[in-house]
Amino acid sequence: MLFLALILATILNDKTIKYRGIFRTAFFLPAVTSLIAYTILFKMMFSLDGFINGVLLNVHIIKSPIPWLLDPFWAKVTLITGLTWRWTGYNMIFYLSALQNIPEEIYEAAKIDGANKVKQFFYITIPLLKPLILFTAIMSTIGTLQLFDEPMNLSQGGVTSATIGPGNSLLTLSVYVYNLCFKYMPNFGYAATVSYAIVLIVALLSIIQFKLMGDKK
Amino acid sequence: MKKNYSINRILVYVFLVFTFIVSVFPFYWMVAGMTNSAVDVIKGKMTFGNQMLSNITTLFTTYNMVRILFNSLKVTGFTVLGILIVSSMAAYGFQIYSSPAREKVYGLIILFMMVPFIALMIPLFRLIVKMHLLNTHSGLVLTSIASVFIIFFLRQSFKAFPYEIIQAARVDGAGEFRIFFSIFIPSMKSSYAAAAIYSFMASWNAYLWPLIILQTDKQKTVTLMISSMSSAYFPEWGVIMTAIVIATLPIIIVFFGFQKYFVQGMLGSSLKQ
Repeated sequence: MLFLALILATILNDKTIKYRGIFRTAFFLPAVTSLIAYTILFKMMFSLDGFINGVLLNVHIIKSPIPWLLDPFWAKVTLITGLTWRWTGYNMIFYLSALQNIPEEIYEAAKIDGANKVKQFFYITIPLLKPLILFTAIMSTIGTLQLFDEPMNLSQGGVTSATIGPGNSLLTLSVYVYNLCFKYMPNFGYAATVSYAIVLIVALLSIIQFKLMGDKK
Repeated sequence: MKKNYSINRILVYVFLVFTFIVSVFPFYWMVAGMTNSAVDVIKGKMTFGNQMLSNITTLFTTYNMVRILFNSLKVTGFTVLGILIVSSMAAYGFQIYSSPAREKVYGLIILFMMVPFIALMIPLFRLIVKMHLLNTHSGLVLTSIASVFIIFFLRQSFKAFPYEIIQAARVDGAGEFRIFFSIFIPSMKSSYAAAAIYSFMASWNAYLWPLIILQTDKQKTVTLMISSMSSAYFPEWGVIMTAIVIATLPIIIVFFGFQKYFVQGMLGSSLKQ
């Protein structure tokens, strides 16, 4: 997701590309939709006789419909696809605004030295954006750890049934805490312990981030 | 060499257009789904149908959409207003009034930004139950008006405000509230707009917290209703699509209306270092 966002940002930063504004707006659009809305849209598109399977069958990529939301593995794939769709544009905006601060001269010098676009991307863009890439990576990790809305609504009857996704394959930490409190026998003590585990993980990641950000200054 | 270059160019455009379609397609599908019956939606029918009117009627009669929209608007409106007053005053205080303990307290508050909501959920829930605010909208609004993120974001942008102006106003005999409301807020409009848009989004799309504390149908917000509609045994997908369109519309309107502030609000202050 982050890599895709980075590529898109690099392309859109090129001033010779036409209709940059339209592309930028379109890529950012997913980031404004409500989590529930897009999750339910994806749930419908990935249903057994739904749109995605229809397209894939028609162009003969697959022979039989993929049980997207009925199989633990494919359910995860669906969730990841959804997350990528929702957050790529959001991260792209971060990169784009950072790229605009990189002086043009660096790229020109590289061009004279014989570096092509791909080399420029790997040897100039990525190293210069490293702090930001780290920042977005950690933010994404923290966000994904706390995932709640998506698994809850992607799974069949998530709000009421005992398992999340086929064979609990979509169970995240947040959903687990919610289940402990409100779905099974209410066990606030144990749920609080689990949530402390999440706090610890997040705190650890934040400390790492602060350390690395501090190095920059 | 020249030819090679243009092939690359075409590949780049193909990639861009492909991503464009992937990004925008669900929106198109959402609107198309609004006009189709449940069976057609689940089969992935892509063209427009003629069920739009019946979908809308069902939504407003069976599911009491007016009431639910009103709920959502009420909660969102009060939350945004509350955040703008409470959190911006906090940010103002942290920035303008100096005291030896200021930075320590501020650091402590910022630390709370790292605590994931799921960890606060249980104590907050107990608190709300004890205060008899379960199933009320005030429970929802009160817990969200002191937003650490907004305090952080606003203080970061308040740093640009020249302190001399406040001193000058004091010399001229203006009271502290007068300085805040008639000098400070008007000159910080764009920061307030960004903060308002951010909190509007967060509040309109909120799901987990409303799900916990609003347990009666009468109090439900739009997100809760969509979620419960889709987990029914026989979900009426066409009607759900209509509800999703209605839920997404305000944000899209805000997005296109205030694109500049919107992006600023979403990126927050992380870029202003």
